[in-house]
Amino acid sequence: MVNTSVTLSGIELSNPVIPASGTFGYGYEFAEIYDINILGSFSFKGTTREPRFGNPPPRIAETASGMLNAVGLQNPGIDKVISEELPRLRKVFRKPVVANISGFSIDEYAECCERIDKEDCVGLIEVNISCPNVHCGGMSFGTSPESAAQVTRAVKAVTTKPVYMKLSPNVTDIAAIARACEEAGADGISLINTLMGMRIDLRRRAPVIRNVTGGLSGPAVFPVALRMVWQVYEAVKIPIIGMGGVSGAEDIIEMMLAGASAVEVGAANLVDPLASKKIVEALPAVCERLHIENLSDIIGGAHHG
Amino acid sequence: MKIVTFKTASNEKIARNTYEMVLSGDTSGISPGQFVNIRLDGYYLRRPISVCDYGPGTLTIIYKVVGGGTQYMSSLRPGAELDTLTGLGNGYDTKISGERPLLIGGGAGVPPMYALAKRLISEGKRPAVILGFNSADEIFYEDRFKALGLETYVTTADGSCGIPGFVTDAMDLEYTYFYTCGPEPMLKAVYQKSTTSGQFSFEERMGCGFGACMGCTCATKYGNKRICRDGPVLTKEEIIW
Repeated sequence: MVNTSVTLSGIELSNPVIPASGTFGYGYEFAEIYDINILGSFSFKGTTREPRFGNPPPRIAETASGMLNAVGLQNPGIDKVISEELPRLRKVFRKPVVANISGFSIDEYAECCERIDKEDCVGLIEVNISCPNVHCGGMSFGTSPESAAQVTRAVKAVTTKPVYMKLSPNVTDIAAIARACEEAGADGISLINTLMGMRIDLRRRAPVIRNVTGGLSGPAVFPVALRMVWQVYEAVKIPIIGMGGVSGAEDIIEMMLAGASAVEVGAANLVDPLASKKIVEALPAVCERLHIENLSDIIGGAHHG
Repeated sequence: MKIVTFKTASNEKIARNTYEMVLSGDTSGISPGQFVNIRLDGYYLRRPISVCDYGPGTLTIIYKVVGGGTQYMSSLRPGAELDTLTGLGNGYDTKISGERPLLIGGGAGVPPMYALAKRLISEGKRPAVILGFNSADEIFYEDRFKALGLETYVTTADGSCGIPGFVTDAMDLEYTYFYTCGPEPMLKAVYQKSTTSGQFSFEERMGCGFGACMGCTCATKYGNKRICRDGPVLTKEEIIW
């Protein structure tokens, strides 16, 4: 009998599989086709202080083994998320959920995290620091150790639940940014967000995506994500949620061997709405085949010496 | 939404760059104006295609070859299996059509009008149909609509067949309501010319096709709507034009 449970900052998950923010909405669409309570948890749609429409369409493009998105954090804003979405979410998902929070200023991060921290259904807070900092010339908070640490400190000061900082891969030294978050008090690191990319429509001779660039996800990014999880594991002691192009149970094992304590599944949910379910169901047999009795034993298991 | 593995029964060219594919499999829960989302080997995202016709165990779709994915689809032989999401989107509301609704389809927007016409006929209504194409060699399904006993007008932009011009050049008819699907400039022109209320079916680049990714959202008078889930059909009253 394989034990697939893992623990993230004291929160026990029955398995490490967590659908990633922005690919699972608030869970309703998936709850129509399977019981999503089989998942370890899921990370709900990125939430900001104000309602956001996001970027103008088209905001999706296909790539080799992946896709680009420039949705731009469309969400109904923290007020409606708390008053409307979370009560509905509660009806389809009974486990602690991951609250994904975004912001365009330190104040916004702190305010949203302080409010979401009071919601019983929230297990941990995942802070997306890939958004442009409006007070700092539009540079993303996640691209410098200093601003990443600033957000971490501001959020930790107003919350009681575990705070995981979600890092952007579009940086020169992700380990330095992870270390800065750890030193500023982060309880964990979650990575990677999407890789910036673009496509051009040959007939129109113009970018496919109206926003010009979009975030690349899907199997194409898996090796890059795995490498970054590996580097961050070597740099910090706090737990890591790994993600990026995960599409099968073997990818979960690989991410955990690189250092992830839990693993998010993103784009795969969009292509196959049963992807996360299939991964959860395949995991015990894959573990057995690989002689894994306790899945949590293999975290970081590929780092020798 | 349902996840269905269809088997290709036939896949034939019916006009320039245009193919009709008949699929065998579970069609329960499908309604006119909805779409299906098909997974193709070698392509990461599914291809959303409107429902043209359906019956118990049989689904007909019509698609235009516009890129690698649809080119690959056109090469599929009878027997090929397709992993498909069905029952996607809201579909047309036929309750408010009145006795004589007008159906206006342009190019790749023609197919959904066929299942809709059959539904309206089954409800005892007498729809009239306008089908718009660029030129004579792109025309398809004119005979199929006529075979339903419907008053059918064809327009071609280059004047090579039927009424020269656009679908709006054939719209001077008496009608109680309208339904339309086609390229956005056509939809806008229909919006301007129409004298009654009606429903518009939209297209947008989609990630998932079932409401999870928010990739295809558009703004309406009644808030943001996901074309794939809250659409693809929007009413004239909610569109911001």
